[in-house]
Amino acid sequence: MNTDITRASAASLADLLARGEVSSTEVVQAHLDRIGAVDGDVHAFLHVDGEGALAAAADVDRRRAAGEDLHVLAGVPIAVKDVMATKGMPTTCGSRILQGWVPPYDATLVTKLREAGLPILGKTNMDEFAMGSSTEHSAYGPTHNPWDLDRIPGGSGGGSSAAVAAYEAPLAIGTDTGGSIRQPGAVTGTVGVKPTYGGVSRYGLVALASSLDQAGPVTRTVLDAALLHSVIGGHDPMDSTSIDAPVPPVVEAARRADVKGLKVGVIKELGGEGYQAGVRARFDEAVALLEGAGAEVVEVSAPSFDYALAAYYLILPSEASSNLAKFDAMRYGLRVLPEGVSDPSAEQVMAATRDAGFGDEVKRRIILGTYALSSGYYDAYYGQAQKVRRLIANDFAKAFEQVDVLVSPTSPTTAFKLGDKLQDPMSMYLQDVATIPANLAGVPGMSLPSGLADEDGLPTGIQVLAPATKDERLYGVGAALEAMLLEKWGGPLLAKAPELGVKGA
Amino acid sequence: MTTTVTDEVVDYDEAIKRYDPVMGLEVHVELGTASKMFCGCATGFGAEPNSQVCPVCLGLPGALPVVNEKAVESAIRIGLALNCSIAPWSRFARKNYFYPDMPKNFQTSQYDEPIAAGGYLDVQVPAESGPGTETFRVEIERAHMEEDTGKSLHVGGATGRIHGADHSLVDYNRAGIPLIEIVTKPITGAGKRAPEVARAYVAALRDLLRALDVSDVKMEQGSLRCDANVSLRPRVGDPTSAEQAEVPLGTRTETKNVNSLRSVERAVRYEISRHAAVLDAGHKITQETRHWHEDTGVTTAGREKSDAEDYRYFPEPDLVPVAPSAETVEALRATLPEPPAERRARLQSDWGYSDLEMRDVVNAGALELIEETVTAGATPAAARKWWLGELARRANAQGKGVEDFGVTPAHVAELDGLVKAGRLNDNLARQVLDGVIAGEGTPTQVADARGLELVQDDGALEAAVDKVIDANPDVAQKIRDGKVQAAGALIGQVMKEMKGQADAGKARELILAKLT
Repeated sequence: MNTDITRASAASLADLLARGEVSSTEVVQAHLDRIGAVDGDVHAFLHVDGEGALAAAADVDRRRAAGEDLHVLAGVPIAVKDVMATKGMPTTCGSRILQGWVPPYDATLVTKLREAGLPILGKTNMDEFAMGSSTEHSAYGPTHNPWDLDRIPGGSGGGSSAAVAAYEAPLAIGTDTGGSIRQPGAVTGTVGVKPTYGGVSRYGLVALASSLDQAGPVTRTVLDAALLHSVIGGHDPMDSTSIDAPVPPVVEAARRADVKGLKVGVIKELGGEGYQAGVRARFDEAVALLEGAGAEVVEVSAPSFDYALAAYYLILPSEASSNLAKFDAMRYGLRVLPEGVSDPSAEQVMAATRDAGFGDEVKRRIILGTYALSSGYYDAYYGQAQKVRRLIANDFAKAFEQVDVLVSPTSPTTAFKLGDKLQDPMSMYLQDVATIPANLAGVPGMSLPSGLADEDGLPTGIQVLAPATKDERLYGVGAALEAMLLEKWGGPLLAKAPELGVKGA
Repeated sequence: MTTTVTDEVVDYDEAIKRYDPVMGLEVHVELGTASKMFCGCATGFGAEPNSQVCPVCLGLPGALPVVNEKAVESAIRIGLALNCSIAPWSRFARKNYFYPDMPKNFQTSQYDEPIAAGGYLDVQVPAESGPGTETFRVEIERAHMEEDTGKSLHVGGATGRIHGADHSLVDYNRAGIPLIEIVTKPITGAGKRAPEVARAYVAALRDLLRALDVSDVKMEQGSLRCDANVSLRPRVGDPTSAEQAEVPLGTRTETKNVNSLRSVERAVRYEISRHAAVLDAGHKITQETRHWHEDTGVTTAGREKSDAEDYRYFPEPDLVPVAPSAETVEALRATLPEPPAERRARLQSDWGYSDLEMRDVVNAGALELIEETVTAGATPAAARKWWLGELARRANAQGKGVEDFGVTPAHVAELDGLVKAGRLNDNLARQVLDGVIAGEGTPTQVADARGLELVQDDGALEAAVDKVIDANPDVAQKIRDGKVQAAGALIGQVMKEMKGQADAGKARELILAKLT
């Protein structure tokens, strides 16, 4: 039994648990075993909390035995990106500067997971402070793509996507500031959703760029994502930017999986030059499937999207430079004393710690943001970028007057080799060219597998975008497309991934 | 390097003949809300260090701010009371700079979109010539919301400053306390009276904030803090003249740590004298922060403020804009108290105080206390006598405020009632007051418990009088011989005999009746 449990979707695990065919303790143990067997190669986790997860599982089992009314996902384990504050569990954000920091509080999202009875397996690897598209910028070493261990799993949330793709967890939490849930989903053949900005509380999400960050589900199926979305979504009085409205009906939409009569817009600006042929081919086939299922497909232009990447790389570093100022060695985290200074001042300790504690990409963006916000440059950079942001939001608004959802390839390429783009930040940034507009406008987006590229046999992803607060549309389209693709493939795409070498087997 | 050399100063009157002073006053007010600006932590003063903190006000990774609605209401009421217009849409901004007592290394403040702007406050200053006061209008630039920082304690240094300290401790209880910063426009035209205008402005603002009940406005505890900017420009005519207004402003200094009304006046006066000396010597004023030293009455140079200082303000992305509806603003306007100046005029006329008496009352911050005491039944004269006489004297002697003794207006009114009823004389009443201060109860309870009461029993008094006459035959003889003023010596002895609990007037009557 244990060997199969880890292949099951969260929804089917939930069924097995509800029927008493398996206990949460068994499910959690199976995943811990799987982590033990493959994570040496994959390195999806920065911290595994076996004891805590088993205790939470035992608690759910006890409550279930006592006949308590439990959440549908109660007992289904989950992995959480190391950017979410977890009480009593290390939270490093993939950075040296937070090495050993154990938060005294839980993020709202984590509280919701605990209250729903989802045992937390551990914390997943990420690019330092979520800056990157490959997870190579983690201070604790990269995560490897389960499809090819020499390749990147995407980023910044490569740990969460790889954990799910490698069957180390059925569910994971990611965060998406410019594509950090969706791009890893695309290159690992998994599902990732960035909800509407404000749809999931950011309280306890260690901020990269406050106006762009959004946490969301990382799963293997669209229905699992919907189930998880409904656990973590909803209003939080601790987050002023949280939307005061019920969670959209995402589970219902995923179960209905209907696109008949739906107007689908293909974004002209996303998918041309710079997109790998296999990515484009699988995308076109997916769009054809939607059309075949009764959707009306039109091309839509969003001209301002051409400036999205430039605007993003001014707004994000600006906010990040301020958000990351708190890491100064005064209250928590790393403290480094400057060398050769006998009686260092607070300022010298701050400088030495930040020099030693932050990696190059983080420093690059702090410098960029500090510059962009400087007096005399503010209007030309930050101010101008905010104007572009408004234009992008206007383009979305206009597009959604014509269509119900928009689609594009998620990422221009399949997973590249580890180390390939480390010396070329610009080419790394271009990985997010199709995902960034949604963050700038605050609209929801989903990436789901569209197939394997002919040229390299690696997963490709399709992105679905919907108007703000209409997250359910992603699930309706995603589930319908997923069902058609599964039929075409004769099973889940992940079944085509090579089996990982299992340690101790 | 900071210099310890005392700066040259010019005699104030000389300085003011040649230069026209211009001031800008920035006042920070800690609001008296129960919780902090962006979290639910308590705000009480004097709690155990770092006991009133949480992930939000400690700036822990992941924590987010939520605006305290009560603080916004207070800000709007302050803005309205200062005759400002209230922005229908305003935002918070981050002011970025590194300092260990600032948990996030940015202060959440307001920048180019303050909640209130463009108002004024009329203050009373002594008339240019002759007795009485006249009104001086101070224009308000803006009032905005922000959070306070933590408090650093530098241990081991001689000065309590960070330089030379062995180590520093930070108390974050104050971090996140709601502040309103009120900034004046450049105050011109005050001329010679600039220091008095500065003091009167801060006093008027303090009264206004107290009347609004938004802050406890205790300068000594830092809940009201004033930074005084001063600059001088050549004097070309009358301070209020058009040609004087044409003269460009000089370089300013910003004096911090001005923690009393008296210090505001002294610090401004000192800076005017110091600037004049620098300018007289043909030097330039350095734009810098200066620290006021209450004990020595001088300012010393702090950090130099150059235009290069860049806080990299940008709109706070973790907060949504503050957008009060017109209805909300009008509803808050309806809660404004009577303006302090109007109220003072009304009370002065009701109570029949002279201008001087009224000014003393206001300066002592005793207006409310006296008003409540009169309401509780005391005469205005008695209320003033007790609060400004007895209680103020004790407060000064002990370095306390009159309100710090636990004596309430009701107590004072009761005490006055006991005197009026003839149960106590002033001397006994003072003893009763001591008992009230010692926490022995209400004046009546104290008088009962201590047995303090004028003796009404004529028999006891008569016996005492007889005894004293017998014991002092020569004095008695003088009185019999017509030297009535000698009775004073006997009265004193009778009072002593009666342990003070006798009516001296009655004793005198009896003595004279027996001997003349």
